[in-house]
Amino acid sequence: MRWTDMFEIKRKRILNPTVTLMDVYAPAVAAKAQPGQFIILRVDELGERIPLTVAGCDKDNGTVTIIFQIVGATTLHLNELNEGDCIHDFVGPLGRPTELDGLKKVCIVGGGVGCAIAWPIAKKLHEMGCEVHAIAGFRNKDLVILEDEFKEASDKLIIMTDDGSYGRQGVVTVPLKEAIENGENYDEVIAIGPLIMMKFVVATTKPYNIKTTVSMNPIMVDGTGMCGGCRLTVGGKTCFACVDGPDFDGFEVDFDEAMKRGAMYKDFEKHAYDEHCNLFKKEVE
Amino acid sequence: MADMSPKKHPMLLLNPEDRAETFNEVALGYSETEALGEAARCLNCKNMPCVSGCPVNIRIPDFIQLIKDKNFEGAYQKIAEASSLPAVCGRVCPQERQCESKCVRGIKGEPVGIGRLERFVADYHNNHVEDNRQPAPANGHKVAVIGSGPSGLTCAGELSKMGYDVTIFEALHIAGGVLVYGIPEFRLPKKTVQKEIDGLLKMGVKIQTNTVIGKTFTIDELMHEDGFEAVFIGSGAGLPKFMNIPGENLRGVYSANEFLTRINLMKAYRADSTTPIMHPMQTIVVGGGNVAMDAARCARRLGSHVTVVYRRTRAELPARHEEVEHAMEEGIEFAFLTNPISINGNENNAVVSVTCQKMELSEPDASGRARPVPVEGSEFDISADAVIMALGTSPNPLIKSTTQGLETQKWGGIVADENGATSLPGVFAGGDAVTGAATVILAMGAGKTAAKAIDEYIRNK
Repeated sequence: MRWTDMFEIKRKRILNPTVTLMDVYAPAVAAKAQPGQFIILRVDELGERIPLTVAGCDKDNGTVTIIFQIVGATTLHLNELNEGDCIHDFVGPLGRPTELDGLKKVCIVGGGVGCAIAWPIAKKLHEMGCEVHAIAGFRNKDLVILEDEFKEASDKLIIMTDDGSYGRQGVVTVPLKEAIENGENYDEVIAIGPLIMMKFVVATTKPYNIKTTVSMNPIMVDGTGMCGGCRLTVGGKTCFACVDGPDFDGFEVDFDEAMKRGAMYKDFEKHAYDEHCNLFKKEVE
Repeated sequence: MADMSPKKHPMLLLNPEDRAETFNEVALGYSETEALGEAARCLNCKNMPCVSGCPVNIRIPDFIQLIKDKNFEGAYQKIAEASSLPAVCGRVCPQERQCESKCVRGIKGEPVGIGRLERFVADYHNNHVEDNRQPAPANGHKVAVIGSGPSGLTCAGELSKMGYDVTIFEALHIAGGVLVYGIPEFRLPKKTVQKEIDGLLKMGVKIQTNTVIGKTFTIDELMHEDGFEAVFIGSGAGLPKFMNIPGENLRGVYSANEFLTRINLMKAYRADSTTPIMHPMQTIVVGGGNVAMDAARCARRLGSHVTVVYRRTRAELPARHEEVEHAMEEGIEFAFLTNPISINGNENNAVVSVTCQKMELSEPDASGRARPVPVEGSEFDISADAVIMALGTSPNPLIKSTTQGLETQKWGGIVADENGATSLPGVFAGGDAVTGAATVILAMGAGKTAAKAIDEYIRNK
C-alpha cells in the first residue's frame, strides 16, 4: 500500500518563535511533490482546510516537510501537535510545480515564511547547476529562518532585516535593484513572500523586463478545482490558484485585488485566534 | 378502488418561520397512514407510464402495490433492485419532470407522490431494518472508482455486488461528493448519506479519502502499478462559472460551490466550526437551478435577506419545484427577467450593490428555452453585501490534463459512449464529468450502466 490514513509528525523543529517545521509521514505525497506545489491539511475532525506549500520531501522515508507561520487558530492548533501525533487529513501534491527547466541564472527573493517555499526552489535550481542568487528578507534577527539551508543552496545570499538587527537593513528590493543595475543578467526572478513584497519586486523588475514569477497563496477551501474561492485576476482574466497556479507571471497579477480579497476573513480569524489562545491559556492554568 | 382525490397527501413540513433558524431537514416525510393514503391514489396502470419517466426504471407501480399491502420492506427491496440510493433520490430527484410527469393521475389533478413514497419506504427501511449487507464472494478482480458522489457510489455498489474488489478514491476528507459538499443538510441530512456509505463499506468497498487522482496518483499508475483492471471516473463537476462582469472578485462575491462547501462540507454554520463564512445582511443569488435554491436558502438561514435574480421567468426555473416553493415560503424573493451587469464595491472592495437590467423573452434558443434579451435603458441597482454566483460549472481539468489519450469534449467533458466507455480501454466515466451539471439520479444511472460495462469488459479481457 502506498497510501496511509495516519499522517504522523516524524519531526518537529521550531525555526523561530512564530515559524515551525514539521516532517509529516505521507508517502504518496512525498513520492510526487515538486518545488512550488502545496498540500491541504486539517488538524482535526472539525478543522478548517488550509493550504501549505511543500518545503521539501524525503521519498525514502515517505515524509513531506511543511513550514508554517502561526497566524491563526488553525496554525496555532497545528503547532500544539508534537512528534508522534497525527494530522487528521493531509492531501496533495496540489497545484503545478514551479517551472525551472532551462534556467541558468536566477535570483530568488523570499520574504518571511515565504523563504520556506523559496528554499526548495533554490535547492532544486542549485542541483540543476543553475547560478542562484538569494535575497531573504525578515522583520528582525529573531525571525531569520533557514540561513544555513539557503547558504548551501545558493551562490550568493543576502539577508535583509527591516530594523537592521541582522544582515543589511532595508527591504529586499534594494539589493535586487542593485544587482540588476550592476549587470547581473538574471533569466528570471522568483519572488515568494507577502503580497506587498511580491508587488514591489515586480515593480522593481518590470522596468528591466526580467521575467518574474510569483507564488500566490490565496484563501482556499477544497484546493482541487471545485470551490473557486482562490480566484485572482491575472492578465485581466480570472484564474484559480489551486489548478492554474500557485505560480503566476508577476507582471500580470492584480496584487491590489488579491490583497483586498485576502483580508476577507480577517476579523473572523482574529477572533478565532484569540479564542483559541484563551482556551490554551485556560488549559495551561 | 383507488382514492380519487385530485391532490397529493401533503407532507408535513417544518414551519417556515422556524426554518430561518435551523439547518434541520425541512420536509418531514409521510407517516404510515399518509403513505398508505397516498399509495391508494395509484391506479396501478398496466402500461406503467411512470416507469418510463424514471432514469433507472424503478418498478414504481410494483413498489406502490407493496406499500398498499403494508409490506414496506418488500417495497424497499423492489426499489433497491433498480436504485442504490433510495433515501437520497426520494429527497432530491426532480420527480415532477420524471416519473410523476408521466403519471395518469396528473392529467386531472396532481400525480401520485411517487418521490414521497420512495422516501417513506427508504426511511422505513433505514429505521426498522438492520443493514446486514455482506461482501459478495470475491471474484479476484480489482476496480478503481474515482470520486464518491452519486455515480461513483452507485458504480462501486454494483461492482461489489458482483464480487469485485473496489476502491473508491476521494479527493476530499470525507466521502459523498456533492451529497455532502453541495446539497444542504435541510434537504438531505448527512446521516442519510452516511448510512448509504456505511452500507458500501459493509459490502467490502474500500474508500481512500484525501487522494486526488491526477495529482496523488494518475490513472495510468492505478492501472499499471496498483493492479486495477478497470477505472470508473465519476469526478463530478468542476470549477464554478462566473459571468465575466465587473466586480466579480470583490469581497462578498462567492461561487455557489464555495458558499455551499463552506456551509455543508466544512459546517461553517455551526458554532464549533473553524471555517469562516460571511453572515450577510442582503444576499443576491444569481441563477435559477437547484444549486441557486440551496445557496439562497443557506444564506437565509445565516440570517440574510435574500433575492434570487433570474434572467427568465418562474416557468423556466430549472430548479425542482418543491425547492422553489420552500424557498418562497422561507421569504426568499425572486427577481425574474433580471440580469446582473455589474457588481459594485466600496473603498474596501466590499460589495455594496448589484446593477441589473430587465430582460424580456424572445425566440427559443438552442436549449429550446426562450432566449432572454435585455431591455434598453432598464438598469437599476439592488443593494447587497453578498453575491452568490450559481451559474453552473465547467469540468475539473485535473484528470484530463494527466491522462494521456483520454478524449474530452471542447467544453472539457469526458467523451464516453452510452455504456460509459471512454477512448481508453478499461477506463469508463459517468455523471457530471461526462454530461456537465445534471442530477443525482442521472449520475446514479450512469454509474450503474458503467458497472455493467466494466463487468463485461473484465470478463471478456
